[in-house]
Amino acid sequence: MIPAPATRAASYRAELAHPADFEGLRRILRTALALGIPPQLLDWTITGDESLPVRHPPLPPVPDAPTPRVPKQFLELAQLAISHTSPRRFRLLHSLLIRLQVQPRLLEDRSDPEVDDAEQMAKAVSRDRHKMRAFVRFRETSDEAGPHYIAWFEPSHHVLRLDAGFFVRRFASQRWTILTPQVSAHWNRQELEWLPGASRNDAPGEDPVEEIWKTYYASTFNPARLKVKAMESEMPRKYWKNLPEAALIPQLIAQAETRSSGMIAVGTLANVRDEAQACRRCPLWQPATQTVFGEGPEGARLMIVGEQPGDQEDLQGRPFVGPAGQLLDQALAEAGIDRSSAYVTNAVKHFKFQLRGKRRLHEAPNAGEIEACRWWLDRERALVKPGLVLMLGASAGRALMGRAVAVGKERGRPIPLPDGSAGFLTVHPSYLLRLPDEAAKQAEYARFVDDLRAAKAQAGA
Amino acid sequence: MPVPDLKAKLAILADAAKYDASCASSGTAKRNSADGKGLGSTEGMGICHAYAPDGRCISLLKILLTNSCIFDCAYCINRRSSNVRRARFTVDEVVRLTIGFYRRNYIEGLFLSSGIIRSSNYTMEQLVEVARRLREEEHFRGYIHLKTIPDAAPELLEAAGRHADRLSINVELPTESGLARLAPDKDAGSIRGSMATLRHHILDAKDATGRYPSAPKFAPAGQSTQMIVGADGADDHAILSRANALYTGFGMRRVYYSGFSPIPDGSAILPPARPPLLREHRLYQADWMLRFYGFNLDEIRAASPGGHLPLEMDPKAAWALANRHLFPLDVNRAPRELLLRVPGLGPKVVDRLLAARRWRQLRLADVERLVRSARRVKPFLTMPDWLPRNGPDSLRLAERLVQPKQLSLL
Repeated sequence: MIPAPATRAASYRAELAHPADFEGLRRILRTALALGIPPQLLDWTITGDESLPVRHPPLPPVPDAPTPRVPKQFLELAQLAISHTSPRRFRLLHSLLIRLQVQPRLLEDRSDPEVDDAEQMAKAVSRDRHKMRAFVRFRETSDEAGPHYIAWFEPSHHVLRLDAGFFVRRFASQRWTILTPQVSAHWNRQELEWLPGASRNDAPGEDPVEEIWKTYYASTFNPARLKVKAMESEMPRKYWKNLPEAALIPQLIAQAETRSSGMIAVGTLANVRDEAQACRRCPLWQPATQTVFGEGPEGARLMIVGEQPGDQEDLQGRPFVGPAGQLLDQALAEAGIDRSSAYVTNAVKHFKFQLRGKRRLHEAPNAGEIEACRWWLDRERALVKPGLVLMLGASAGRALMGRAVAVGKERGRPIPLPDGSAGFLTVHPSYLLRLPDEAAKQAEYARFVDDLRAAKAQAGA
Repeated sequence: MPVPDLKAKLAILADAAKYDASCASSGTAKRNSADGKGLGSTEGMGICHAYAPDGRCISLLKILLTNSCIFDCAYCINRRSSNVRRARFTVDEVVRLTIGFYRRNYIEGLFLSSGIIRSSNYTMEQLVEVARRLREEEHFRGYIHLKTIPDAAPELLEAAGRHADRLSINVELPTESGLARLAPDKDAGSIRGSMATLRHHILDAKDATGRYPSAPKFAPAGQSTQMIVGADGADDHAILSRANALYTGFGMRRVYYSGFSPIPDGSAILPPARPPLLREHRLYQADWMLRFYGFNLDEIRAASPGGHLPLEMDPKAAWALANRHLFPLDVNRAPRELLLRVPGLGPKVVDRLLAARRWRQLRLADVERLVRSARRVKPFLTMPDWLPRNGPDSLRLAERLVQPKQLSLL
């Protein structure tokens, strides 16, 4: 049955005791449904919140308002959605409740926009609730009544009330308080008390056990497998400020490369070059003539990384000696860079090609091959320790930054590499060779030389 | 609790334990301390309390009791001949660390393993004593995972199962010949024997709990194991087939794949290079296909000729490409089993599609709302207002499914 519309289109005030007042919401919706008041005529306010104007009379009480029948699923959904911070949540739940009266299985239709909206809210709240269980960090203090564990936490939604029961069940035998900006919960080992919101300064500033915890965090981390994005998606940065261990993250990432390469005897460049001759990390070794390793002095200020050896390089066993290499030499000279003082190498150390008749046509390496070969590049970097890595083209960019790069957009300025060292991106010289139009070729070449000059200035080479 | 020496030991013994991939704290019996006596709870779903920059979750305090070991397994940082610093916790130190961390909400519980000292039985006794102290003296109700020493006496295994939520014995290498070569002190037969014993106890206890809820529990979160990938010559097919046997034969809750990771002071008989991290990921994806998507081993094998899963696309996409004739599917009529085989559709989303299509005919806009990766699944589906142009027959589809695209120079 659709409730009959109210005779006068007057608005009413629906007042909740706090932003996630589920009991208040149930009471109001029951009354509104009995009176047939549509969602747009209810003006939702929260007691004590002066930012919401009080304009309309409160809903008249309906003492024996019938309890509307809804699926259990709706109660669960509403309890989560009301804890969301979106101001839309009350009207949305009201509207769903009305529609459920005529379409009791509405919630099964996840492609309904309102159902979807409410489900999205519930999902966000549920996630926030889970993150609160995970990321609350108690600090121990002590007074005449014994130890007291206090935490400061900043949830994204109003989840403390949803989560307090979890902390009671887990820590029933210890005295604890969780402070958040909106509301605080205190457990005195007997019952739960609700207190007003607090600020960070109300929580203890330290706990000596955190140092031990940080030792654990740093030691359990495996520097041989850096996956910063995976970490950030599960432990978003917004939580870091209240996690003691998060303070270690930047230095752990920065040290990861050196710690990992230290695990295999680093040796000397000559050793590594010898080892690389036998590399079978990807199938590219099979058709190629030889591994083309980097060359240049250990301790060079500037490291230049290209894509992969070409036909000439593959035959001679040295990087950048073919046509693109000659163009690079010319541009380096114009930019005032002495090639012999730089370390010159490639992202991939074997020539990848397709056979066309008797010619070997260059074929770009794929991400898997670049990743396989990064092993060698990392060791070259660990040994040379350049002040700046100049990346030529997208493959070099991927090898060093671990992601797809847009050379056109990111070239020509300093780019910090994931391990914290300095990088600089420009085009690969073979790009210049392939440009069909002579004027464009000249312009692009000039731009390339400009980039090299800028890189030189940055490297201090 | 803050003893300076403790920090140094923790650094060594956490570092030594980190090559074990397991961190699960889910799926055990439900407990809490609402009675006000104990400490801790387990409520079904485990919680990851932190994430390290290696992307792995930190749910448990994962440490070794000691990293001294009389064994000499080539892939292990703690082997007898390795040159690492050694340390040993006392039982009391582990108990205090666990409780101290737990009270501050850093962890869900303890994952305790150990190098073998003196004998298998002596080592196992020490591990069991930590668990017993936690349960009986500290009334700890959080999660405990104990690594089990294969040759330990049956009564020790039984005591371990009474206190711990999960027990695990690592098979270490996918093939028994690999084990013989790289872990000469370990005996494949005794590993299998212990896993079978555990399975027997776990099933017995479950059966008893079904009839008498108060019957004693035995490792209610079951057993798990780990295989090292890339340290011997086993290919992905061999690894998956071993995993399949472990799931079915021993009722494993989880088989973990741990990409061989370079370790300090590595042994000379190890391969010179680590396998790509992606390989481990592909194995987990194939493992999921076997367990949750209704694929069987032969289907995965047929779609990955050469023995290895393709690195450049996920194994489900590879299977779909090899079986193009089955697609596209009508999203409004296709059965659940087939929808589950569309790359990009998981069990949750499929159930949502099935529920929604009972109420209306699904159109493109509906699917886009229900499926997060709609762009990925569209080539495999038809709808009243959508026919895939780059459908499964298109050559371009293969290119699009390859995740890291070919790179050009600019």
